[in-house]
This record gives sequence, structure tokens and C-alpha cells, in this order.
Amino acid sequence: MTDVGSLAAEPLFGLPLPELWFALLFAMLGTFLFLDGFDFGAGALFATRSDQEERETVLAAIGPFWDGNEVWLVVFGGALFAAFPAVYAALFSRHYLLMFAILGALILRGMAPEMYEQRHDAAWQRWWGRAFVAGSVLAPLLLGAFVGNWVAGSPRSVTLTGALVGATLVALTVVSGTAFLRLKSRGRLRTEIRRYGEGAVVIYLVGVLASLGSLSSALGTGAVTSGPVLALVGLSVGLAVGYVLALRAGRDLLALAASAVLTYGLVAVVALLMYPAIDPASGLTVAEGIVSVLPLNLMSIGAALLLPLVTTYFVVLYSAFSGPAEPSEAY
Amino acid sequence: MVDPVLASRLQFALTTIVHIVFPVMSMGLAPFLIYFTWKDIRTEEPIYEQLRRFWTKIFAVSFVVGTVTGIVLEFEFGTNFAAFSTAAGELFGGPLAIEGMMAFMLEATFLGVFVFGRERVSDALYFVSSLAVGVGTWLSAVWILIANSWMQTPRGYELASENGRTVVHLVDPVAAYLNPRFGFMFVHMQNAAVESVALFMAGVAAYFVFRHHVWGYPVEHVSFWEATLKIALVALLITAPLQVLHGDLYARHVYETQPQKFAAMEAVWETESYVPEYIIAVPTDLADLTDPRAKELLGIGIPGGASWLASGGDPTAEITGLNEFESEAPPVAIVFWAFRAMVGMGFWFILLAFWGGYRWLTGDLLEDDLLHKALMASSLLGILAVELGWIVTEVGRQPWVIQGGMRTSEGVSPGLTGAEATLTLAGFVLVYAALLGLYAYVVVRIIRAGPPGRDDLESVSEPTPPSGPEAPAGVTGDD
Repeated sequence: MTDVGSLAAEPLFGLPLPELWFALLFAMLGTFLFLDGFDFGAGALFATRSDQEERETVLAAIGPFWDGNEVWLVVFGGALFAAFPAVYAALFSRHYLLMFAILGALILRGMAPEMYEQRHDAAWQRWWGRAFVAGSVLAPLLLGAFVGNWVAGSPRSVTLTGALVGATLVALTVVSGTAFLRLKSRGRLRTEIRRYGEGAVVIYLVGVLASLGSLSSALGTGAVTSGPVLALVGLSVGLAVGYVLALRAGRDLLALAASAVLTYGLVAVVALLMYPAIDPASGLTVAEGIVSVLPLNLMSIGAALLLPLVTTYFVVLYSAFSGPAEPSEAY
Repeated sequence: MVDPVLASRLQFALTTIVHIVFPVMSMGLAPFLIYFTWKDIRTEEPIYEQLRRFWTKIFAVSFVVGTVTGIVLEFEFGTNFAAFSTAAGELFGGPLAIEGMMAFMLEATFLGVFVFGRERVSDALYFVSSLAVGVGTWLSAVWILIANSWMQTPRGYELASENGRTVVHLVDPVAAYLNPRFGFMFVHMQNAAVESVALFMAGVAAYFVFRHHVWGYPVEHVSFWEATLKIALVALLITAPLQVLHGDLYARHVYETQPQKFAAMEAVWETESYVPEYIIAVPTDLADLTDPRAKELLGIGIPGGASWLASGGDPTAEITGLNEFESEAPPVAIVFWAFRAMVGMGFWFILLAFWGGYRWLTGDLLEDDLLHKALMASSLLGILAVELGWIVTEVGRQPWVIQGGMRTSEGVSPGLTGAEATLTLAGFVLVYAALLGLYAYVVVRIIRAGPPGRDDLESVSEPTPPSGPEAPAGVTGDD
């Protein structure tokens, strides 16, 4: 028997690990929604392009990145399983069909570019292009519905709140997708997509307000108008203005950064509305749902060692492919 | 309407059976790709660039399909086996989370560099990315097999009852995660992946070699296929004997740690000694289909073989029969036949490896049409053997999801209805059939297109100038 000593006795260094894992979980969700979000957004913008070369550029832009981006969803799921196993189980089985719809959308989105590049006849590319767009729009729509139902504590998977949060998330992916694609493209493509980003950021703000309005019936008006939530909404309005100004000034990286903060801000609102519960539908709190001390400490050590490494992988990847993508680089 | 327990089990079986094809391809290709990349950079011989670029395409598509089918599995523990996940999450969730952070992140990010970045990064970083992708795929297997092996030989835990529910508590992480089964599984699985890919490469290469040298059709890049055949044969000569030798140790370990599974593998119902190893056993009555050795119509066996296998050399050793166990037996016929077919193929692969090696020595490797046909017919058998091995492992441990601790039927999500589970099962049958079809279509197209022509190669044509610093974002203000 291995002596696990104090690892089994109390949280490492007396840290508030349950709360830190709650925060880390939403940070992972935010990272996924931002990184894979601009892949989804690029997929939605793909629908607006009819020029063959521009379509190839869109695919080339996300080609090297999307798989790594999507792993943040795997990491989020794994972390939820490891840190809050009862929440993982209750949440995923409660929204059973919704989860498989999300998986279906992700399969479609992942396979479509791979298939699109296989053949160069028009009908084939038209259909796989549509599949790519459908997967790219459905994935954030359904993921948003999942998040909306989660925070609202809804036992059902098809709800108005879910639909509103889903639509809001789709708009947000177009916001970040526009900034990302502009970084990765030149010429007409880069010029023409700007208006979609500007339109999407307005829709996003309207969507946030509508979602909060819908959530107020489940959570109470007090919760959705609390100081921190209002501050984050105010920050989002400011960021949206900054995003539009950055796009107009041609500062695409700045616009992408603004959309990143917007995404983390949205996730922070969700976390704020939920806390101290982590599964509002059953009323389970962070303190109740957290795993026992020994596995919690082990996971914390693992995450503290590995997440900095993961960050360096992404730095290497994104610096290797900095600058505009060439259509010929697609697959 | 199918019962939610049965539908969940069938769905998990289907989704794992389909998923494992892709990790086998990527884990098996990984050492080859690292080798090709190394040789390409060091020697600048065009053949290695062709090998690297061709097999990287197959690796990339396998990886993508492996990603999308892999996310499904991680979600299914929660959607379909919520009771298991709630009870055992403390032990089982950790390895999955660490797998994501340590392994999947490494492979998925460096995959971008490895597949798309040859011209964008230095030789050194490019080689590092091939290593990172390869090591990442194998590290994934480490953590997934740690999780799985714990279910087979659970250690380091305590069962407690909380609010009327069974809960698993981690008490000794070293015992739990370095449980006795892990090493056996990891060696057997990784060697199987390399062996399966070697068989696949050999089969595909044999087709082109056969067309060219036996039928006399002109085949483009025939030297590429000849090289592929030889490299695959070398890998097969190493992995095929190892797999059988190691499998023997593994089977003995199963006899010691999961006697019920071993009894199912040999279809031993009553405890006996001097148990023969049946190669074929056909029952006389359809009702005995779950009991392949009952009232044999036809039985061919090696006397004392099963006892010999179990004990490591003693043909008189006793094997505990399935009737002695308190829990009901797993579906015996499936386990019995899957085990036989896997072992039979294992020996066939050794024969194939030695046959090819011998022909190579005698200088007839490129002309032996029977060998070519055998290799072509065997190109997918390695993957089939892996599937059968996993069927022995997973069906053979039923009815337990945690051996001796929790039954599979107790692990299913409590709120799940038969209608929901049947709906998603039907959906997976359709979607995964399409997915396998598309994957096969893409792989066949890549094979038909063949390796890149010599004119396309960097190592032959003038070296492309290194791409200069890209125009920084925002400077090219074209709006």
C-alpha cells in the first residue's frame, strides 16, 4: 500500500481547490468556445463565399488548427468527469439526445473539409461545402443550447433559453471567425467579410440581453442584474465597439483579441449565474459535487504541470502558421 | 423497443469497435512516420520524402476520424453509463482528463505542424513535431489503457455506500493506476497496432508489386511500393513473433487474475484438469450455441493445451469452470470463437512474415505471386485481429464493468429510456456505416493516387526559398 500521506487529508497547500476547479472548468470551456469558435465562424462565413479560391483559403486557414482547438472540448469533458463526476454524469445523461446531436454536428464539421478536398467536381464540393457550413453552425447552436439549459437548470433539452444562448453563441463564433479569417486572408475575401463580423457583434449583444431576459424567469431578476453580471455586460458592449473599430482600422489581431475577451466574458457570466451551484437542475453545489480530496489533489498536480506545456504547444502551432494562409495549403 | 441497458451496451460496443480502427492506424503508423521523417531530413533521398508524404496523408485522415469518433466515447460514459461514471468517476475520470491534457493536446497541435508545416518550419522543429505526434498517440494509449485495465484488475480502491449508492473511493493511486493488467495490455496493444499497420502496408504494396512484376502492367513509382513492402516486412518480422509470445504471457495473466474470463475463452463449464485446447468445437444442438464444447459434433483439440496455456507449461493444471462462479457467465461462444480466430491469425501472421523474409533472402520477393496474394488478402486482418482481441477482453469480463465490483447493468444511466437509447443506437449504425465508408473511400483514393511524383519533391527539385517573414497582420490595410 502506497503511503499517500497528506495528499488524502486536505487540499494541496490549503487552496480552495473546488472553487479553482470550477473556475478552471469554465476557463477550459471558454478556451474551447473561443478557439474552435473561430473555426465554426469560419465555417459559417464559408457559406458567403462562392469563389473557389476563397473557399480554399477558408479551409486552409483553419486546416492546421482545428483539431488542436477541438481537443479543448475533450479536455473540458475530461476535467468535468475527473473533478465533478456526478455533475458530468447527471448533465450528460439528462441532455442525452442533445449531447448526441452535438457529437453529430462535430462529426459533420470535422469530416466535411476532409471530404471536400477529395474531389474537385462541382456537385461533390457543393454538398460537402453545405455539410461543412451546417456542421459549423449547428455545433455552436447546440453547444449553446447545452450551456443555456445547464445554467437555467432545465430538465428538458429543447427550451427557449437554450435556443437563445445557442443563437447568441453562433453570432459570437461569426464575430471571432471574421477576425481570424481576416488575419489569414488577403484581398477581396478579407475586405468583404468585415460586414458580417460587424453585423454579428450587434446580434451577439442583442442575444446576450435576450438570453439574460429569458434566464431571469428561471433564476430571478436579482441574479441576472447583479453587479458583476451587469459589469460584464457593460464590458461586452465596450468590447463590441472596440472590435468594430479594430476591424475598420485593419487591426485584425486586436479584433480577434476583443472577441476572445467577449467569449471568456460570456462564459464568466454563465459561471457567475451558476455559482455556488454547479448543477442547478439538481441543486448540487460546487462543494457537494467535487471529487474526494486525494483524486482532487492528484488532478491539480497533473493540471498544474500539463497546462503550461499545452500552452506552449499552441504557441508553437500558431507561430508556425502566422500570417495569411494560401489556398494551395488546404489539405 | 430495446431495453436501455442492452441498447447502451450495443451502442458502446459499436462506437468502440469503429473507433479503434483509427487509433490502430495512427499509433501503428507513428513509428514508421518518425523513421521516414528522420531519414528524409538526414539523407534527402527522394524515396523517404515519398514515403513520408504518402503515409502522412493516410495518417492525417485516420487522425481526423479518430478525433471525431473519440469524442463520442468520452461523452458516452456520461450519457449512457451515468451510474458507473458517478460511482467510479473518482478513479476513472482522472486518467481520461490527463489523457486529454498530456497526450491528445500534444498530438493534435503538432499534427498541424506535421501535416501542413514542412515548408514553414525548420528541419529540427519538423522532426520534433513528428516525434510529438507519434509519442502523443502512444501516450493516449497509456492513459486509456490505465483506465481500462483498472476495470479489468481493479486495485487501490474501496467500495463505500453513500445515500444508498455504491461509490468507489481511490485509496492507493499507485496500486490503482499501475495495476497488474496495464503492462500486458499496453505491450499487446501497441505491438498489435504496429503489426496491423505493417500488414496493411504490405498488403497495399503487394498489390502494386504484383501488378507490375507478375502481371506486367506498368506501375508508376514501383520502387516506392517495393520499398514499402520491404519496410513492412521488416516490421512484421519483428512484431508478429513478439505478439504471439507476449500473448501467451497475457493469457496466463488472465487465467490468474480473471479466471472467469479465461474459462469463457476456453468454454470450460465444469472445473477440470488436463483441459484440451480446442481449435474447432462444433456443438450438436443449436441450443448449445453458447456452449461450443457441449456434446461436440466435431472437436479438434490439443490434449492438455488449455491447461498448459493457463499454467505456463503444465498440461495437467486445473481450470475453474464457469459454473463455479457466482456471477453468470459472459456470452461464451463469442469469447471462445473470437479468441480462437485472433490466435489463429496471430500464427498466420508469423508464417506470412517468415515466408516473405525467406523469399526476400532467395531473391524472389517481387515475383512470388502466391505470397503477394496472401499479403493482399491479409491486409486488413491485423485490424480484424485487434477487434477480436478487444471483444475477448470486453465481452469476456461481462457481467462486470468493474471486475467483481460493479455490474455493467448497474452502470447504465438511471433516467435513460429505451426509446432514446434505441434512437441513438440506430443513428450510430447509420452514421458510422457512412463514416467507415467515407474513410475507406478516402484511403483508397490516396492509394490510387500513389506517392507524390519525383517532380513534386523538394529533395529533387531546387530547394524552395525559405518563406520570408509574412506581412504582419493589419499592415496590408486593404479596406
